[in-house]
Amino acid sequence: MIAAVDLWIFACSFITVGATLAMGYWAAGKAKTASDFFVAGRGVSVGWNASAISGEYLSAASFMGVAGTVMSSGYDALWYPVCYACGYLFLLLFIAGPLRRFGAYTIPDFAEGRFDSPMFRKIAVIFVLFIGFFYTMPQMKGAGTTLAYVFKEISWFGATGLPYWVGVLVVGAVITLNVAIGGMKGITLVQAVQYWLKMFAISAPIFVLVALYGGYGTHLGKNGIGPAPTNAIATAQAPAEQGGTTVVRAALPAAAPDDATWINPFGRLSSKAAKAAKLSATESRPYALLYTYSLIIALVCGTAGLPHILVRFYTNPDGVAAKRTTMWVMILIGVFYLFPPVFGVLGRNLMPALYEGAGSKGTDKVVLELPRVLNGTWGSILSGITCAGAFAAFMSTFSGLLVSMTGALAHDVYGRILAPASTPAQRMQMFKWCAFGVGGLATVLGCFVEKLEINFMVGQAFAIAAASYFPLLFMSVWWRGMTMKGAATGMLAGGVCALSAVVLTNLSDLKKVDLTAFWVEHPLVRILCEQPAIWCVPLAITLMVVVSKLTRAEIPADIRMKMLVLHAPEALGLKQEYVRDQEGH
Amino acid sequence: MPTPDPKHTDFIHSEEFLAELQRRQFRLSVICAASFLTALLALPALNFFLPDLMATRIGGFPFTWLLLGVLFFPLVWTISWIFIQRSIALENREAENARQHAANGNRR
Repeated sequence: MIAAVDLWIFACSFITVGATLAMGYWAAGKAKTASDFFVAGRGVSVGWNASAISGEYLSAASFMGVAGTVMSSGYDALWYPVCYACGYLFLLLFIAGPLRRFGAYTIPDFAEGRFDSPMFRKIAVIFVLFIGFFYTMPQMKGAGTTLAYVFKEISWFGATGLPYWVGVLVVGAVITLNVAIGGMKGITLVQAVQYWLKMFAISAPIFVLVALYGGYGTHLGKNGIGPAPTNAIATAQAPAEQGGTTVVRAALPAAAPDDATWINPFGRLSSKAAKAAKLSATESRPYALLYTYSLIIALVCGTAGLPHILVRFYTNPDGVAAKRTTMWVMILIGVFYLFPPVFGVLGRNLMPALYEGAGSKGTDKVVLELPRVLNGTWGSILSGITCAGAFAAFMSTFSGLLVSMTGALAHDVYGRILAPASTPAQRMQMFKWCAFGVGGLATVLGCFVEKLEINFMVGQAFAIAAASYFPLLFMSVWWRGMTMKGAATGMLAGGVCALSAVVLTNLSDLKKVDLTAFWVEHPLVRILCEQPAIWCVPLAITLMVVVSKLTRAEIPADIRMKMLVLHAPEALGLKQEYVRDQEGH
Repeated sequence: MPTPDPKHTDFIHSEEFLAELQRRQFRLSVICAASFLTALLALPALNFFLPDLMATRIGGFPFTWLLLGVLFFPLVWTISWIFIQRSIALENREAENARQHAANGNRR
């Protein structure tokens, strides 16, 4: 079974996975207290933390998905990496500082503390789980795709190539085990190292490919100038000289978008619903513009609402360190995001056969497959490097998500609601059981999503976060007039609407529910379901304001103190005073 | 409006201090957010209304691709840097202000 595996690719992958597990076990020995488990002992330096946050942030969506979507959809896909980075800025500007000063372990903790409401904690935890699962599914797709690629030539019970679901199962099991044993502290070290691995893995092959096949601009220059190559042209288009490098485009299959659609805004991604409804190019553009704005809102607001990212702010020793960490994170992820689109662009010109594949054999694997265009050993080595990066990507994000989701269950549901008298040792035990439960479910869900694009699924997770957590955090931090009922109503309404819309879209796309005729009749509804942020976020905020005003008698009595804790400099010690006051009651 | 907590009547627990804090912090955040949001939200509109300008080639890149795929990142870094410097300075000023009031015997 193993004989038909590319040795370089297998070796790089195996070493990455092995090192990840080894680091996890090593760090497990150091995680003794429950506090260590939950928020990495609160003593992580700026450099480590910035690398770790960046490592955790750069998931399979960033590593594989962006390149895949750029290759399949062109210009429109560029919004993803830019908005992922901008979202972080939004977080920095409005939420990070105050939340850090407030000092809760988790977002549900903040929800309870800000509104003096254990009920609200329960509601907040539900969303941690929903958003979490929508984010784990694309990681599992990345895992299945990568393992299917590494083992694509083995014979497996009569068929060729490892099935997608086996890859998902293997990776799911390995990560779940790692988390159950090491908790978060193990993860911090792993995440930091994996950022640098991912950075190397995304950039080194690009430098080589660009040196041999022409630069970013050169390749883009070949799109949209002159007739695009099609199946009808058997030989490659005549090469053009530009700066000494020859750029030769391979023939585009029928499934590929044409140059004009691909390179211009309002292309395949944003016009899909309108085109399905048989609208003309001019009529489609306003729909595509709406789609684009809704996507931007989802991605920018969603980052600020992702529970597993926010928790990282609590691992800094103080507020100033937290801000500096964020600056570094933005540089680290920004530099990273310059590279995946280049894979997409090169992939279109050099390996267009990927357009004909589907699921795990389609454009989502361009990052893994493209270095093979070199043929021979160097192609294998570079492809092995990108595979190692892919492993680092989905492993680090999946483990981060698993920790925050398990933490929510163990710390919030069990520790605070079900068994408040439990000992720290019991909570640690519960953490391990929950890890198995959550990891198991995430793996099962991951098996179903082979046909959905990685980036698309992540966008959906962001849309739900944008409509639920973002309004909660933003409004709670800056507006003292919020009441628990207002916050809960807004969050539930926005979150449930966004969730329903995306589930409907996915069920339809996976052909579990037949809505094709309906979408053709109503392209606007399709767009609003596929990208619900543009109506769900305002809905959530409006409800929060209206219901809070209606229930204004329920504003917490010590609201001034709470707001002071959120906004006053940490040096003044108001937080410690607040905690003492609370304990005195 | 809740009544002031009788235990704490000094400046750092006052409405005045809180209102100043929130106002200054929010203002700084909103200005920074507005600058990048303007760029971010203007781009699709420019693509919609001025497609030929945005498709101008620069070194092979369509202009709009160069903006979105490359140049946006340094813009984000610049805004972050400015915000961080200013918010840390603001926080230090706020802490200093509070200490001054304490030193003056909390006279308001």
